[in-house]
Amino acid sequence: MLALFYIFIAVALGVSFWQITRVMNLRGVIANDDDNNKQGKIALGFMAFLYAMMIYCLLAMNVIMLPESASIEGEHDDILFNITFILIGVVQFIMQFLIFFFTYKYRGNKDKKALFFADSHKLELIWTVIPAVTIVLLIGYGLWQWNNIMGVGDEDNPIVIEVYSQQFRWDARYAGEDNELGLGNVNFIDINNLNTMGVDMSDPKAQDDKQVTELYLPKGKKVLFKFRSQDVLHSAYMPHFRAQMNCVPGMVTQFAFTPKYTTEEMRKNEEVIAKTKGINKIRTAKGEDPYVFDYLLLCNKICGASHFNMQMKITVVEEADYKKWLGEQKALAQVIKKK
Amino acid sequence: MSAEHHHHKETFVTKYIFSTDHKMISKQFLITGMFMGIIGVFMSMLFRLQIAWPEKSFSIIQAFLGDHQQTDGIMNPDTYLALVTIHGTIMVFFVLTAGLSGTFSNLLIPLQIGARDMASGFLNMVSYWLFFISSVVMVASLFVEAGPASAGWTIYPPLSALPKAIPGSGMGMTLWLVSMAIFIASSLIGSLNYIVTVLNLRTKGMKMTRLPLTMWAFFVTAIIGVISFPVLLSAALLLIFDRSFGTSFYLSDIFLGGKVLHYQGGSPVLFEHLFWFLGHPEVYIILLPALGISSEVISTNSRKPIFGYRAMIGSILGIAFLSTIVWGHHMFISGMNPFLGSVFTFTTVLIAIPSAVKAFNYITTLWKGNLQLNPAMLFSIGLVSTFVSGGLTGLVLGDSALDINIHDTYFVVAHFHLVMGVSALFGMFAGVYHWFPKMYGRMMNKVMGYWHFWLTIIAAYGVFFPMHFIGLAGLPRRYYTNSNFPMFNDLADINVFMTYMAILGGVAQLIFLANFFISMYRGQKATQNPWKSNTLEWTTPVEHIHGNWPGKIPEVHRWAYDYSKVDESGNYVHGQDFVLQTVPLKDGEEPS
Repeated sequence: MLALFYIFIAVALGVSFWQITRVMNLRGVIANDDDNNKQGKIALGFMAFLYAMMIYCLLAMNVIMLPESASIEGEHDDILFNITFILIGVVQFIMQFLIFFFTYKYRGNKDKKALFFADSHKLELIWTVIPAVTIVLLIGYGLWQWNNIMGVGDEDNPIVIEVYSQQFRWDARYAGEDNELGLGNVNFIDINNLNTMGVDMSDPKAQDDKQVTELYLPKGKKVLFKFRSQDVLHSAYMPHFRAQMNCVPGMVTQFAFTPKYTTEEMRKNEEVIAKTKGINKIRTAKGEDPYVFDYLLLCNKICGASHFNMQMKITVVEEADYKKWLGEQKALAQVIKKK
Repeated sequence: MSAEHHHHKETFVTKYIFSTDHKMISKQFLITGMFMGIIGVFMSMLFRLQIAWPEKSFSIIQAFLGDHQQTDGIMNPDTYLALVTIHGTIMVFFVLTAGLSGTFSNLLIPLQIGARDMASGFLNMVSYWLFFISSVVMVASLFVEAGPASAGWTIYPPLSALPKAIPGSGMGMTLWLVSMAIFIASSLIGSLNYIVTVLNLRTKGMKMTRLPLTMWAFFVTAIIGVISFPVLLSAALLLIFDRSFGTSFYLSDIFLGGKVLHYQGGSPVLFEHLFWFLGHPEVYIILLPALGISSEVISTNSRKPIFGYRAMIGSILGIAFLSTIVWGHHMFISGMNPFLGSVFTFTTVLIAIPSAVKAFNYITTLWKGNLQLNPAMLFSIGLVSTFVSGGLTGLVLGDSALDINIHDTYFVVAHFHLVMGVSALFGMFAGVYHWFPKMYGRMMNKVMGYWHFWLTIIAAYGVFFPMHFIGLAGLPRRYYTNSNFPMFNDLADINVFMTYMAILGGVAQLIFLANFFISMYRGQKATQNPWKSNTLEWTTPVEHIHGNWPGKIPEVHRWAYDYSKVDESGNYVHGQDFVLQTVPLKDGEEPS
């Protein structure tokens, strides 16, 4: 069957080849005035297509975008992103207009003479200086924000949580009462005795650590994540919080943010409601269970065959609920069997 | 060495296979690059099917993938990763580096600077054959049992170092590394040859400031290649050591398959630094030749001098310099020191300045021109369009604070495909349409060229413009399927649309292939200077001869861009709208 199909394609291709060759004998090879005219107009038509697509995407795809930042640090990311996007949007619309409109307007013909215009220091200066100034302003803001996010000092007094990655799952470890994580290293992994994250149980700081499979975060408290990986590179991507950091075997990386809305609050967010509605329309049509919004942590660095299915749920709650939940979790000293 | 001395008989082998003639070598590069391109593009069709319809069975997948790579017409997750990995490798290195630079540097450098051949014809031949061998090894790696390399084209260890982590990191990865090592040798030999040729073999009067911009682009590209490719070679060698000889350059503290491995003290971040020290300049190794080609094509077909010739050279040099100090922008969230991130943000975003200068200069060249809209010209205009569209989003990605949230999402995929993938391919197509008469002595058909161009640019924007938005929705790249995440369910329709567009783009390339091969044999015979161009290659005879010019090499008297030059009374100085570089200045004519 398959072979027949490919033979059919080959025959069809052969026939079209022959047809095309005939056309070639008839038509020319260098653009004449007629071609210039036609192609110039097509260029204008293409510009209309491009603009229609750009505007359509900008309007219609707004609803599928990530909702507003769910972390306090991410607020400035959103502002910076909007400024940058408006700026490049405006430049894009102007530049594409110039490119395709000029193609149309100055399409050639025999009687035309091109303008000999080889240089202009004034123009060159304008389009060197204007981008330069704009860019300096943009990265000024960007770098301020970058330092904002990356600089975590002791004075912030963050809650320390370790996020631990392996093919193909996530685990987390809370630092417990002392807010300090016990030492971890792959050499301490002892699966039979439930020490799956390789925690050094002789370290006093490790005793009250708590290992969980889902993240609970308190609203309004700064959380400092420490990332580890036991096998290959992974990347802990928490898009709703504008947060991402690679998990690198052999070293500990970190990232911090302060959750701004609880999961419940976020579910009532207008953008989230609109997006969820769209998703559920599709899911109902396919007969699937409706979707309820949750924060997620995804793997965003290629890590092997099941990379596409490496996720962990994040739940943000009020501080009191967080404390209650944390109190219910068992400390490592109770979980891990002593050798 | 004058041309009359070539009376010795050429055999088939010396003429077509082990040729040392730069024109033949350039055709060899082109055909091999096109062959690799067909494989690379075809792979993208297969994985686009998977992205759009993850649970659907396709007979084409059944026909082209092995039994252990697909189940009932649905590809396996490792195979998906293998396809994206090899697609990236082939397109970046084999098509857009060797296929583009190899073809046009070889063809044009001797012809446009006025030389009989490359500085070393023999090394040039070696360069091609090493490229050929590396292509064969890369293609062979597709057929090993556990599948080809599948750790992404960036082959970050530990994934690429440990066959237990992914099956493709066994024999497939070994062949990948061997192939790339040979490829790098080929590229280095080629680049050295280009540099030496441009510096030493320019004809009389061909000052550096009279070189066509294509020459500047190829020359600077070769320099970037010589600076950065050896670093990739060393990165690959260290990876080979880690994989085969038990060293720990990139690996440390790994627990895999139920036990702790012996590696101690290395860091994957070191590999990332070494890889991107090539990887980023590589973007410009791909892009600069395309920009060089489009400068030439746009100027010729606008019948106007390229605007701001010196600024163009300046921006090529500026881009080249900056390209070597921005690699860290691929690593903002790799765990390296955040302060380094600030430095790399600064240098990265600076590249926008020379890039903007180039874009504005192209547009000003079009302004008040007499545009001859040949297929090559349309592709060059298309290049400017996609270069702007893709380049602008670089301002978002280059800003470390914003990169955090879109790093490794489809936003990145959309950005680099537009700015270097599509743009460079457009440059390559422009080059093929423009210099086909120089390569084969015949012309390509314009009608098919037009169809090819419009379908391709519609498909390119159709695939990559909406892709930005699914990236902004937070969809990570390299996901075999995203149906496991309800939050991405609403992206499915867009993915289907993009796949249709991708297929349209793939099919449009068949028009090009048909045009190319039919024109090679049945195309209209070319005249000596079909595009009425100024550069030296159009002073050589249509039929290829050894040594390029039958008599003496012509002397150069002016720059390459005296199009539509008029005197005070508004008449063309030389009676027509173009003046070959070989034409001496008239009495009282000002040099431009």
